[in-house]
Amino acid sequence: MEWMMAVAVGILFTVGVYLILSKTLLRIVLGTSLLTHGVHLLLLTMAGLKKGAAPVLGNEAEAYADPLPQALILTSIVISFGVTAFFFVLAYRAYQAHGTDDMDSVREEEQ
Amino acid sequence: MNNLLVLPILIPLCTAVILMFLKEQVLLQRFISIFSGILNLVLSCVLVSRIHEKGIQTLHMGGWAPPYGIVLVGDMFAALLVLTASAVSLGILLYSFTSIGPERERFYYYSFFHFLLVGVYGSFLTGDIFNLFVFFEVMLISSYAMISLGGTKHQLRETAKYLLVNIVSSTLFVAAVAYLYAAVGTLNMAQLSQRIAETGQSGVLNVIAVLFLTVFALKAGLFLFFWLPGAYSAPPAAVRALFGALLTKVGLYAIIRTFTLIFTGDPHFTNGWIAWMAAATMILGAMGAVAYNDIPRILNYNVIISVGFIAFGLSAGTPDALDGTVYYLLHDMLGKGLMFILGGLIIAAAGTDRLSSMGGLIKRYPLLGWSFFALALTLAGIPPFSGFPGKVLIIRGGLDSGMLTLSLIGLGSSLLVLYSLIKVFRLAFWGNPPDRELPKVNLKGGTAVAAGLFVLVIVMGLGAEWVNTYVSQAGEVLGSPRLYIEAVLKE
Repeated sequence: MEWMMAVAVGILFTVGVYLILSKTLLRIVLGTSLLTHGVHLLLLTMAGLKKGAAPVLGNEAEAYADPLPQALILTSIVISFGVTAFFFVLAYRAYQAHGTDDMDSVREEEQ
Repeated sequence: MNNLLVLPILIPLCTAVILMFLKEQVLLQRFISIFSGILNLVLSCVLVSRIHEKGIQTLHMGGWAPPYGIVLVGDMFAALLVLTASAVSLGILLYSFTSIGPERERFYYYSFFHFLLVGVYGSFLTGDIFNLFVFFEVMLISSYAMISLGGTKHQLRETAKYLLVNIVSSTLFVAAVAYLYAAVGTLNMAQLSQRIAETGQSGVLNVIAVLFLTVFALKAGLFLFFWLPGAYSAPPAAVRALFGALLTKVGLYAIIRTFTLIFTGDPHFTNGWIAWMAAATMILGAMGAVAYNDIPRILNYNVIISVGFIAFGLSAGTPDALDGTVYYLLHDMLGKGLMFILGGLIIAAAGTDRLSSMGGLIKRYPLLGWSFFALALTLAGIPPFSGFPGKVLIIRGGLDSGMLTLSLIGLGSSLLVLYSLIKVFRLAFWGNPPDRELPKVNLKGGTAVAAGLFVLVIVMGLGAEWVNTYVSQAGEVLGSPRLYIEAVLKE
């Protein structure tokens, strides 16, 4: 199982980095969101994959999943929601102000 | 167990939420902000004296004992940083009243201000590395909002860059936490330190340490500071002061905490990385400070130089150097806040930020001129101001551990700090006033705030012996992680 997850994380990171390096602001935002998805899967995988039990440890439990990675991922997902929403609004405002979402022409304006 | 520890986080949080409901009542917002700031200052004084008497204080959030729950840890280092941060932020808050303008005040400026403080204090006080990530994000999201507040083209462009850099570094932060959890099996800082000391710091842990160093260096502007001069030149002076005084310092705090508490197994390797990053930061920062001719950029590069200098103190690693690092970090929060406030006042007085079209301000604003001159001496580390004791301790530590080149670079960068600020002083205050119409502005309020912060700088410089009793208690814990571990895991 782990190797499949590793490949998935790798693909998400590759696509994310590729999108971040492109010129359009919208694609950059999508790139960051793919990157965070990749890192969440990484967090899940690094903590060890298991099946067959809930993350509840009772007195007679034979097996249980580690609840910590799930809590961490949940927190991180909420944060990345917020940041991505902010980034989208910012990208839209920047598009309105500059009249373009091409980072190259935004940069030319700067000089 | 001490409930006092959560109050520096809780008070700004509640203040920020209350302020959101008072959008139009600007006066009431100001009043509540000041009240909350003073309350926090008093509480952090109480916290420092409590820790001074009784040692490290801890608070188990939700009643979960460590290592299972999140724990807040107040050692002297964290408490002193909270105290200094609350003093500086109160000063910057007062400066905001006169400089930030009614539009921003009505659009939640003070709410963002307090949310940012929540993140800053939380990062200082938390004892859990994932919780550190969460508080970092609280701080960063407020800072995105504060940079873009106003919505000019320049601000939007700089926010987009700043946001992208920070999203990438936060992603790396989560990845580093994931690797660390897989390798060590815990996220509580005290337990991490304990387990890594038991198993030894192998190659895998070194890689993780470098990953953490990269993440925090991006946030602190240590070597990876390419984003800083642009981002910090976009917002108005009060926001710049807040960022320059607090944001990079939180990154530095995280570097100091992780590399004195957690990754201590292979100091030769980790300190080597930090030392060379510090050297490069000081050299490149000094080049930038000398090269530019507009005030915001000169001041931003000065922030970078001091980040390098503090990291140098950490990499030297002797008890003297660690004391000096703490001392210099506290001084630098005050100094950089003051520097941006004075810089903002100069820009307001001259009506431009280009040094080439300034001059002759000393006739109109003598007090401002001489405080800027004294500030230049402070930041260069000349007694009786607060830069001196920290600088002496760090340089002494550097020489003790045989880092001659780095000590020389540190001293040389101090000279260039002095040169770059005296250049500002000379071109802005001396010479003939430019021919154009100069803005008529009232700078009394801002100058009074600066004078207040200056009193603190002088107290820290003249009372170095007295401050040092607290600072050395902080340095002691940094030097021996055992004290921290025992305090957190004892109950």
